[in-house]
Amino acid sequence: MNAPSTTANEDLFAYPQDRACPWQPSPGYQDLGRQGPLHRVRLWDGRWIWMVTGHSQARRLLADPRMSADRSRDDFPSVLPRLDAPIFKPIAIIGFDPPVHDVHRRLLAPDFSLKQVRAMRPHVEDLARRLVADMLREGPPVDLVEAYALPIPSMVISELLGVPYDDHEFFEAKTVGLLQAKSAEDAERAGRELWDYLDGLITRKEHEPGGAGVLSRLASEVDEDGDLTREDLLRIALALLIGGHDTTSQMIALGVVTLLEHPDQLAALRADPGVLPAAVDELLRLVSITDVSGVRVATEDIEIDGEVIRAGEGVLVSSSMTNRDSGVFPRPYEFDVHRTRGGNAASGRQHLTFGFGIHQCLGQNLARMELEVAFSILFEGIPDLRLGVPLEALPTRSGGTMQGVHTMPIEW
Amino acid sequence: MTAVWVSADQERCISGGRCMAATSEVFDQDEDGLVVVLTPQVAPELEDRVRKAAYLCPSRAIRIGDGPSEG
Ligand code: HEM
Ligand code: SF4
Repeated sequence: MNAPSTTANEDLFAYPQDRACPWQPSPGYQDLGRQGPLHRVRLWDGRWIWMVTGHSQARRLLADPRMSADRSRDDFPSVLPRLDAPIFKPIAIIGFDPPVHDVHRRLLAPDFSLKQVRAMRPHVEDLARRLVADMLREGPPVDLVEAYALPIPSMVISELLGVPYDDHEFFEAKTVGLLQAKSAEDAERAGRELWDYLDGLITRKEHEPGGAGVLSRLASEVDEDGDLTREDLLRIALALLIGGHDTTSQMIALGVVTLLEHPDQLAALRADPGVLPAAVDELLRLVSITDVSGVRVATEDIEIDGEVIRAGEGVLVSSSMTNRDSGVFPRPYEFDVHRTRGGNAASGRQHLTFGFGIHQCLGQNLARMELEVAFSILFEGIPDLRLGVPLEALPTRSGGTMQGVHTMPIEW
Repeated sequence: MTAVWVSADQERCISGGRCMAATSEVFDQDEDGLVVVLTPQVAPELEDRVRKAAYLCPSRAIRIGDGPSEG
């Protein structure tokens, strides 16, 4: 019932569409956003789903227990071909409903708490300083993605998990292979290689208990009849390794692009380091690096704003558009590092870049900290940093939802 | 003037720390990353920020009322 004939949907807006500007949603989404909060859009396989561009509707739907995140359901929408790969079904935590979701999330929460993340900060600052020193030694031009934006989150997540950073070229390449695959087969191949790698790693940890990192701790908690099976642990490891570095590294890269293209805002940030946390949230809002806050399927009919989302219908919440709901964010397309100042102290932080509801990003505190460190130490160390190519010549990702650049030449 | 009271439900909390980031005078996280209310009776000057924390909480774990709560 949910995949009506393709011809009937041909008139619908085709999703996704590429951005024309690295920090603004695709022009087509902007048109949709002007028409209202809820839309029907057509996916690659001909199926249609709801696309949510209104902020309050998004909050309501993402917090509604009648919306399922269970990727293994037949009616769960497949937004991109690669998401049909068996490795994504089920993907840990993000693709589970309660009670399993809550059990696994709670196992991990202590390692991602605000306090834990604050304790890691000096170490991440040292790392960023080392990388800046390396770039200065090497001299321009440098690819910021390879030299800075990727190594920071990659080293941080490997240390946190207890994955040897020496293997970073392997897991970074496979993650990109998995996340940028154009077909389910390619995604599956890359995903399996990561799976086998993590399988071997966890076996080593089982033989050497007491090692550092989250995976060592969890390996000692595996219980085939309990809350955490070995397969659960592997799936969690995969989700954290993938989730932990691509998003954050691309956010560093596009954040730097956005700052460089808004010299007044960069100057405001430099003039007052106290603005840094607000500036990071404003960049997260504006860039909306994943473009999506969450994908769900309704398990019951849900009435919202005069529409009815029927059981079995898919829902995609757009972060780039809900983050531009003018009812919540005045002058929503403008980059304003002082947005949180003034009347509503929370206005800059209400963005849905990390989602909302029980699946709101587990790594958000870590990501915010990494971004604060990355931006401040980069512009401190290389004050006259500039793009090495014109903005239009940046090789941006296309055809998917996750935004980013393949490389980012910089000079100074 | 009636005082406002705040409580937080550890059963619902998903440990994102949004409350603590918004109002660290009132909210903390325990060793498991779960919300802890430091001062259930909210000082009037903090009321606005406590309401914002409740709004930002992704799992609706924070309740605001006009008296102390049971849990
Ligand atoms: C700028 C960086 C990041 C962005 C924009 C981001 C975005 C998101 C979003 C939108 C969700 C919710 C998805 C949904 O509701 O379906 C999410 C969930 C998640 N993220 Fe992130 N993320 C980032 C960094 C990280 C990092 C560093 C980690 C660390 C390992 C991470 C791990 C996770 C996990 C495990 C979930 C699933 C949480 C759950 O289902 O309860 N993310 N992220
Ligand atoms: S904001 Fe809500 S979910 Fe997050 S730590 Fe506070 S109470 Fe828990």
